[in-house]
Amino acid sequence: MSKKTAAIVGPGNIGTDLMYKLLRSDVIEPRWMIGVDPTSEGLKLAADRGLVSSHEGVDWLLKQDELPDLIFEATSAYVHREYAPRYEEAGIRAVDLTPAAVGPAVIPPVNGQEHLAAMNVNMITCGGQATIPMVAAVSRAAEPTGGVSYAEIVASVSSVSAGPGTRANIDEFTRTTASGVETIGGAAKGKAIIILNPAEPPMIMRDTIFCMVSPDADTDAIIASVFAMEKAVQEYVPGYRLLQEPQIDEPSAATQGQTKVSVFVEVEGAGDYLPPYSGNLDIMTAAAAQVGENMARTLA
Amino acid sequence: MTTDINALSRTWSGTHGSEPWGELDLRLTDTCLRDGSHHKRHQFTGQEVHDIVEALDSSGIPVIEVTHGDGLGGSSVNYGFSKTPEQELIRIAAETAKRAKIAFLMLPGVGTKDDIRAAQDNGGQICRIATHCTEADVSIQHFGLARELGLETVGFLMMSHTQPPEVLAKQARIMVDAGCQCVYVVDSAGALIMEQTADRVAALVAEIGDVADVGFHGHENLGLGVANTVIAARAGATQIDGSVRRFGAGAGNTPLEAFIGVCDKLGWTTGVDFLQIVDASEDVIKPAMPEECRLDRMTLMMGYAGVYSSFLKHAGNAADRYGVSGAKILLEAGRRKLIGGQEDQLIDIALMLKAEADKAKAELGQVNG
Repeated sequence: MSKKTAAIVGPGNIGTDLMYKLLRSDVIEPRWMIGVDPTSEGLKLAADRGLVSSHEGVDWLLKQDELPDLIFEATSAYVHREYAPRYEEAGIRAVDLTPAAVGPAVIPPVNGQEHLAAMNVNMITCGGQATIPMVAAVSRAAEPTGGVSYAEIVASVSSVSAGPGTRANIDEFTRTTASGVETIGGAAKGKAIIILNPAEPPMIMRDTIFCMVSPDADTDAIIASVFAMEKAVQEYVPGYRLLQEPQIDEPSAATQGQTKVSVFVEVEGAGDYLPPYSGNLDIMTAAAAQVGENMARTLA
Repeated sequence: MTTDINALSRTWSGTHGSEPWGELDLRLTDTCLRDGSHHKRHQFTGQEVHDIVEALDSSGIPVIEVTHGDGLGGSSVNYGFSKTPEQELIRIAAETAKRAKIAFLMLPGVGTKDDIRAAQDNGGQICRIATHCTEADVSIQHFGLARELGLETVGFLMMSHTQPPEVLAKQARIMVDAGCQCVYVVDSAGALIMEQTADRVAALVAEIGDVADVGFHGHENLGLGVANTVIAARAGATQIDGSVRRFGAGAGNTPLEAFIGVCDKLGWTTGVDFLQIVDASEDVIKPAMPEECRLDRMTLMMGYAGVYSSFLKHAGNAADRYGVSGAKILLEAGRRKLIGGQEDQLIDIALMLKAEADKAKAELGQVNG
């Protein structure tokens, strides 16, 4: 099978990091890098790597005789909402790395085999990719006792790894992540908090996942499920790790009568484009590359 | 030559006129019902909010802030759940205040634009948006919305002690360009020492003073709340935060009644009746406080290590849960350069300290055995 072609739209931190991952892919050939700023560092790096770089935007791309099989969107939620219908009209599958949430959301180790035929899939957010697997892990194990009634995630990322897209879209980040905690994580109610920390040297991405489960929940099964999920995520993000054993707090007034499960993770990136502290970029691009590859395999 | 201790280079009324509070040199905001929410572990009742707003309003406090301690949407596992929904508390405050404006706080990343809309629907009039002092650009969409809705706007540069004056001034400019009408130097850790406060306020006045106000929000963790606030006013801050009886996070905020007394002595008009606010402190605020806000080992550590004041109760919880030193948790939080919002990391620190202690104990056991 010949490789399927892809365009990356948005040559910022995410788009550039994704390019390096796709260049290693057996099933996808990244052929275009599309931006709007001729001075973009990402466009230059892409040209150096043999991609066709254009600063004339998606309008230029869609006018070409040969169109990509896949588009990876790494711009902003607003831009993607505007262009998603045009990709679909042109018959191009879209993997959306913005929080636009136009298509169904995908978290590889949870629902990676679903939505492979969708014209548009959404990668939620970096915080969602890092935390929703753990919410799902707790939900599965707590399923016999009613699952997770409430899950809350706190994502801390270094300021330097939060690009202008994340900054301009911070509301969309919290809303889209919270929604994914519910729809894919399985929590009845979800909440998301994001913190940008400017410490030097930059902090590695850290995420905390709090889940409320029934006082009757099997906590040994929950802990085992969390460790198993750590392994599953490590298959595509080797630097994903639990910082501590999951913490179980007995029901109290502070937990509103529920058992509280706290999971602490750190996400160290592969260092493809930005340094390893940017685990938030890495987990996003690694997940998008995997989802894109799964989609590409279904294309004749 | 002696210094003229009464001189103020800028006054509130000089910029905004005298309506509706009469001539004010400084416009005060009391934040018992927002910053104090941390000390209260977010357990305010509607009745307490009603009583406090009534007392502050009749004393002449022009602005009263009411929200969960961590701003709109702060009710959570990470920061503590509110006993009463904050939107209900905002509504009660707005219905109770006859003259004071009700302000509310929001932190981008915790709350969202929908929360701002709801707060306005419930009677909030001043939208205060807080970011860490290097991250002002995350507030742009929220300032835009707040102005579009006709809300008065205030920006908070939290943990201002961590950055030099020129960095803060640039961040203030980002907020003002986005629609912010007053930027506060916020000493979240209570770590600034007077001249450092004055330099920061002066830098903001130089950068944005022609189009916006500058404010100061102090904490008492090194006992400098009033002193810092006096020097901030001299440097050109015309909006001032504090909490009656220090009712706030850490060792508490600048005690507003003490600052009002100082203003009387200096001839600075605040529009607040000193005797009335002192009575309110004893008769209304004190009964609502779980305990006084004190300078003790934990709160001193926050000023000393430059730690975000609202970490206090959470560090205490983690220390109790894992049997480790709360003061050491705070010192490590300072070393890790944690910022506002990272309360979850205090649990990780406690677990690390516990693992270290367990290891030391095991080694000691081996030596003795």
